[in-house]
Amino acid sequence: MHKELLRLERINKSYDGRKILEDLDLTIHENEFVTLLGPSGCGKTTILRLIGGFERPDSGKIWFDGQDITSLQPEKRQVNTVFQKYSLFSHMDVAENIAFGLKLKGKGRNYIRDKIKYALKLVNLDGYEHAQVTQMSGGQQQRIAIARAIVNEPKVLLLDEPLSALDLKLRQNMQRELVKIKRELGITFVFVTHDQEEALSMSDTVVVMNQGWIQQIGTPENVYNEPENAFVADFIGDSNIIDGIMIKDKLVHILGRDIPCINTGFGEEVPVDVQIRPEDIQICAPAQGQFQGIIKQVVFKGTVYDITVQAAGFEWLVQTITGHEQGSEVGLRLAPANIQIMAKPASEDEEAVSNE
Amino acid sequence: MNERITAQISSHRFLALPFALWAVLFIVLPLFFVLGTGLTNEAGDVTLANLLTVLQSEYLRALGLSVELALASTFICLLLAYPLCLILREKRESRGLLVFLLFLLPLWMNSLLTTMAWQTILEKHGLINMFLSYLGLPAVHLINTPAAIIIGMVYNFLPYMVLPLYVSLSRIDESIVEAARDLGANFWQTLRHVLLPLSLPGIVSGCTMVFIPALTTFVISALLGGNKVLLVGNIIEQEFTAAYDWQLGSALSMVLMVFIILNILLEAFADSGEQRKKGRP
Repeated sequence: MHKELLRLERINKSYDGRKILEDLDLTIHENEFVTLLGPSGCGKTTILRLIGGFERPDSGKIWFDGQDITSLQPEKRQVNTVFQKYSLFSHMDVAENIAFGLKLKGKGRNYIRDKIKYALKLVNLDGYEHAQVTQMSGGQQQRIAIARAIVNEPKVLLLDEPLSALDLKLRQNMQRELVKIKRELGITFVFVTHDQEEALSMSDTVVVMNQGWIQQIGTPENVYNEPENAFVADFIGDSNIIDGIMIKDKLVHILGRDIPCINTGFGEEVPVDVQIRPEDIQICAPAQGQFQGIIKQVVFKGTVYDITVQAAGFEWLVQTITGHEQGSEVGLRLAPANIQIMAKPASEDEEAVSNE
Repeated sequence: MNERITAQISSHRFLALPFALWAVLFIVLPLFFVLGTGLTNEAGDVTLANLLTVLQSEYLRALGLSVELALASTFICLLLAYPLCLILREKRESRGLLVFLLFLLPLWMNSLLTTMAWQTILEKHGLINMFLSYLGLPAVHLINTPAAIIIGMVYNFLPYMVLPLYVSLSRIDESIVEAARDLGANFWQTLRHVLLPLSLPGIVSGCTMVFIPALTTFVISALLGGNKVLLVGNIIEQEFTAAYDWQLGSALSMVLMVFIILNILLEAFADSGEQRKKGRP
């Protein structure tokens, strides 16, 4: 892991008596692509605004490169933001927008011109120097907003749901391009999104948040394959989440059956949440399955079929590559390695699963 | 979308009839009447003599003073209103609304009454001088000076500056200001490079809305200027009501109208510039 660059220490923040962030600790490293992922209102944008300097924490400290920047004005911070609504200056053309920060810093004409050229090339908009920003498409405006931020050579680029206003195809293109830009620049990106696919496909580190609490920090593979609690399991990808009891190491009791798994260290006779990914469930003949049930619904999704199976009093979501007959009797098989056991939340406060 | 609306409006064109009738009777016809009177002599012959009379130093001086005082009060209104609207923009809450209504209050009071009130405040033994003598300070001479007229104009016309400024400033999204701060601009740089240019349409329309009534007023200058300070509005009034020289009065009105039209053109120009930048020609 690279050197630590940014550290949020025991941050508390509330608006109008409503707690947004509570005792939050977060460390971000040099050259890391960190994504803050969570549903709206989870506090992810507040974290970004705290780093950007647009909000002050009620208590706690923010350290940047070893210095306390908690109460530093935004214009004095070595970070730049790409805003959700782009927030370009409509009274300036593209070049003037990009030059804004450089002119304030008193850079020379030639330097500014070269920088503009470089930045426009980086965001694939060469030759657009004198276009009016108001006449550009949403995707183009977003690129200008990125160019405007990066010419200032920030150590951290903050991106506040920058792709949420774009249509799917464009969004996917921009995702790839952002990763490319990030590699080229070699700086830290802090990216806020509620789109789990976006988070998984772009980041080095995903920070999953809910109700002002960090639920899990890890690599995309990590949070997808080994969610630490039911919220993370539910929020990222599709999941079957079932109440279970850990009988002993490597054996869990769910829906009236004892199922072998590979988890250890939970103790004996402990209630747990059990997560099984729909693509990890095998459909087989009834006699060979650990559970027997009936196919309720088959939905073709393009690459996979979403199959709903009613078995042992639970509605299972199963994904398969081949189709199955609705109404037919089937068995379900679970490989031990594909069963993820998660501790139940300790208190009501940490109750992670949203009611949505 | 736009075409459909246009088509709809044109098919409902008859709805404009009442207003059109009103405008022709009470706006267009009187205008032609003024033009006709200003360009003829008593015998009814067409002549430029009235306009040439306006060029006499006495009238030009009044016109010059009117422009000067109108510019001064417009400028003072701008200086008072802009910082206020900057603050109102930031806190859009009930308290902000209260301050806002306070500034608009003169709009709902009869300007004749408020100006008479200012008379009693500013006069020789008025409130201000009473207060000064109470403090043992020498009295100031305010009533019947240009300064008194400016005070009266600013008091009466300030709402016309506040309204358009508030509208154009509150339309600027907070994230635009944050973007400027983010890129390294301090408060003054943000004001100069972002807020001022983006609120320019509001500034222009506020200035127009203060300048024109300030240029043409005769009530404020009559009450607060006595007969010592004559503005072009007072002279026109006198030509019509005292000297009965309608020809000269009309000619003066025409000259005044040139200023008003110039002002309106300026605003239209600023507006079209704004439209072009937004991509709606």
